[in-house]
Amino acid sequence: MTQESSASLSDIAAQAGAWLDGNWDPELGLVEWRNKLVDSGWGMPEWPAQWYGRDFGAAEVRTVEQEFARRGVVGVARAGIRLLAAATLLEHGSEEQKQQFLRRILTGEDTWCQLFSEPGSGSDLAGSTTRAERDGDHWSVNGQKVWTTSAQHAHWGLLVARTDWEVPKHKGLSYFIIDMKQNGIDVQPLKQMNGHASFNQVFLTNALVRSEHLVGAVGDGWKVAMTTLSHERRRADGVRSGYADIGLQVEKSGRIFDEERDELATVMEPYSWYPQRAGRVDLAAPRAIESGRIEEPAVRQELARLLTMSASAEWTARRARAAQRLGKAQGPEGSLGKLAASHVARQASRVHTLIAGSDALFAGPQSVEDGIIAEILLSTPAVSIAGGTDEIQRNIIAERVLGMPKEARVDGGPFRDVPRNPTN
Amino acid sequence: MQFHFSDEQEQFRMMVRRFFERQCPTSATRKLMDDELGYEPAVWRRMSSELGLAGVALPEQFGGGAFGAVEEAIVAEECGRSLAASPLFASSVLAARCIHKVASSADCERLLPALARGDRTAALALSEPNAEPSLSGITCTLTVDQDARLSGRKHAVIDGANADVIVVVARLAGSTGDAGITLVEVDPGATGVTVSVQQPLDPTRKLAAIEFRDVQARVLGEPGEAASGLRRALNQALIALSSEMVGGASRLFEDTLEYTKLRMQFGRTIASFQAIKHRMSELLLSVELAKSAAYFAAEACAADDPDLNYYASLAKAAASDAYMLAATEAVQLHGGIGFTWDADVHLWFKRAKSSEVLLGDASWHRERMILNLPAEVSARRAGQAE
Ligand SMILES: Cc1cc2nc3c(=O)[nH]c(=O)nc-3n(C[C@H](O)[C@H](O)[C@H](O)COP(=O)(O)OP(=O)(O)OC[C@H]3O[C@@H](n4cnc5c(N)ncnc54)[C@H](O)[C@@H]3O)c2cc1C
Repeated sequence: MTQESSASLSDIAAQAGAWLDGNWDPELGLVEWRNKLVDSGWGMPEWPAQWYGRDFGAAEVRTVEQEFARRGVVGVARAGIRLLAAATLLEHGSEEQKQQFLRRILTGEDTWCQLFSEPGSGSDLAGSTTRAERDGDHWSVNGQKVWTTSAQHAHWGLLVARTDWEVPKHKGLSYFIIDMKQNGIDVQPLKQMNGHASFNQVFLTNALVRSEHLVGAVGDGWKVAMTTLSHERRRADGVRSGYADIGLQVEKSGRIFDEERDELATVMEPYSWYPQRAGRVDLAAPRAIESGRIEEPAVRQELARLLTMSASAEWTARRARAAQRLGKAQGPEGSLGKLAASHVARQASRVHTLIAGSDALFAGPQSVEDGIIAEILLSTPAVSIAGGTDEIQRNIIAERVLGMPKEARVDGGPFRDVPRNPTN
Repeated sequence: MQFHFSDEQEQFRMMVRRFFERQCPTSATRKLMDDELGYEPAVWRRMSSELGLAGVALPEQFGGGAFGAVEEAIVAEECGRSLAASPLFASSVLAARCIHKVASSADCERLLPALARGDRTAALALSEPNAEPSLSGITCTLTVDQDARLSGRKHAVIDGANADVIVVVARLAGSTGDAGITLVEVDPGATGVTVSVQQPLDPTRKLAAIEFRDVQARVLGEPGEAASGLRRALNQALIALSSEMVGGASRLFEDTLEYTKLRMQFGRTIASFQAIKHRMSELLLSVELAKSAAYFAAEACAADDPDLNYYASLAKAAASDAYMLAATEAVQLHGGIGFTWDADVHLWFKRAKSSEVLLGDASWHRERMILNLPAEVSARRAGQAE
């Protein structure tokens, strides 16, 4: 395979480094610093130059990230739904929407949530029954969403709702940005099997959406939602999860780090368990060695299987990225990455169990690794559900990558007549 | 690393693929399955003279084609795809490279150009009955006085019954472990050499058992010091083998996908059943992961990565599992016809099985990975997790 054009990459590293040398100051405020990053284009270099970026490809972006990591510099806000919101707005949003939202997404001032799933429609997102009706110069929304991560902190929600019941299901949806801090929205936390309550039920009763917060045209909701989902799946491949550092900050002093720690403890709190849900492959070999369990042939075999799978998954994601950069992308390769991530998480959970042995009986701060291992064992099942289940990814791969026939549909007519779950 | 092939590499791949498609259809492979030589000399001559493939593993200095590890992997992948029968793996990838990594330059000058031209072929006698596929398990014994004499038994020597020269991995009498490992050259016609053909499970891979009884041998390189050179050569051979395997697995995958789209049952193609769609998606994932592992290992080899033992074993472990999965799924999804001699599926099934265990099976390589963990895998990451 070919060599990177390392000359231009080292130029980029030097430029980024020079800018950081002249501007980085741990005594700045978090938002103040991130505004500088936004203005300079170094905070999100993969974005378009006209929207706070530099149009960089994957190799250039990695180079910039390495410069940031080497210096321990705080970056723009990345975790949660915010970058999915941004990707969706960059593709489908109006100028005014980009102007209003993109900067505050990166500074971390606004937090977002994704109001897609409903009690009656999860995998079948197009079966949404939350209704949005025009009411003067705004939209009025009624219905219920569920499994909404971070809704308790969010300022804005990405909302899919039905605006037309007389057309087939995919055609009657519209996509909105909804203000989460209003009377018409009631957020109730839901406790998960791992004890956290990062997702919620969201009840919408005559909730208001401003008319300028419709994304795309009326009836385009499915198309716009697909942009959000394809970015979500692509991100699930583990290469750029955005959760890499959560809960693992080394103690650094400076105002900016204090403010970052505050952010982690508050709006980012729902994501505290996300590194564990991916399986913490990084801990597997060190723990096997430190505990002496690496002497067990079964542990060695399963550990090597895990390392093989996770390294190959990462390289496959990098191949997909390289193909994308060269315009040879297949499109739904995010689904392959997401499916790989499920396998990795499941195998990681198996390996951590093997290493822990009877220590896997315990949970909480008194248990091994301050409860991290127990949290892995109880969190990995989320990977194969959240963001589209494994079964849905296999459908997508078969139908869109492999060209196998689509399932016969029984839900093709006007949505009003489509059989659906009873509502209570 | 760039994680994609250059345009030149893609063109090279297509040229090799078209050559094999024309010269090595499965009808030819089937004839060669019963043939003692196991390949078509005229095709081998064209592979060598027109495409320069016989020199794939050697530098220009010794008549090689100045291919890199990545080009070699491409050739191997296309061989696996087409099941093209040739001495490429046994003579060029295994034997010639071991000679190159171990022998003196005078011996390289003497032996390699003819191998690189494809005029002569060599076989590597490495495996021994009941021994694990590591150098430390070697028992064939060499005594070096006025001359070098070799005794012992080798088996599963690929193309061993037809090679012009046999290179044998042996150890100095009384040595253990890596120390004492020596590469020697033996004339297959020399007194004390008995070559017997072994019936292979995979008839596209010809195997021989070779017994040496006090045979006169010629030491290549320094006596007792071949281990590190051989390990390097064998890592590269492992990567080539893994590439060959992912090529075969891709081919099985594609043929099976096509079949599911044609075969009708219950008034619809079997590709329309979700049970089959999901299996094909999982199979695609396995094959793609194994491909990435093979590509990465080839790049790591080209970059002289210090952890090559680990990456070569990772690639072989992934390829062994993915190829066998592809082979069993291919038979299953073809139904009854998949179990027949007439359908081609079994040709790749057998290649998958023989490749699975050749140079160490998946479990063995997983064990080798653990013995060679890179520092960034075995140490705790400070302040970073993924
Ligand atoms: C931790 C977590 C966080 C989440 N965060 C959010 C969020 O922020 N916002 C949001 O909108 N949603 C969120 N979700 C919801 C998630 O997207 C849905 O749970 C998921 O899409 C599945 O939908 P469902 O729960 O209704 O299950 P169902 O769709 O009812 O699926 C049940 C089972 O049926 C299978 N199935 C369904 N359809 C098919 C088919 N066509 N073929 C084969 N099998 C099928 C599924 O694979 C699954 O195994 C989150 C979920 C989790 C676990």
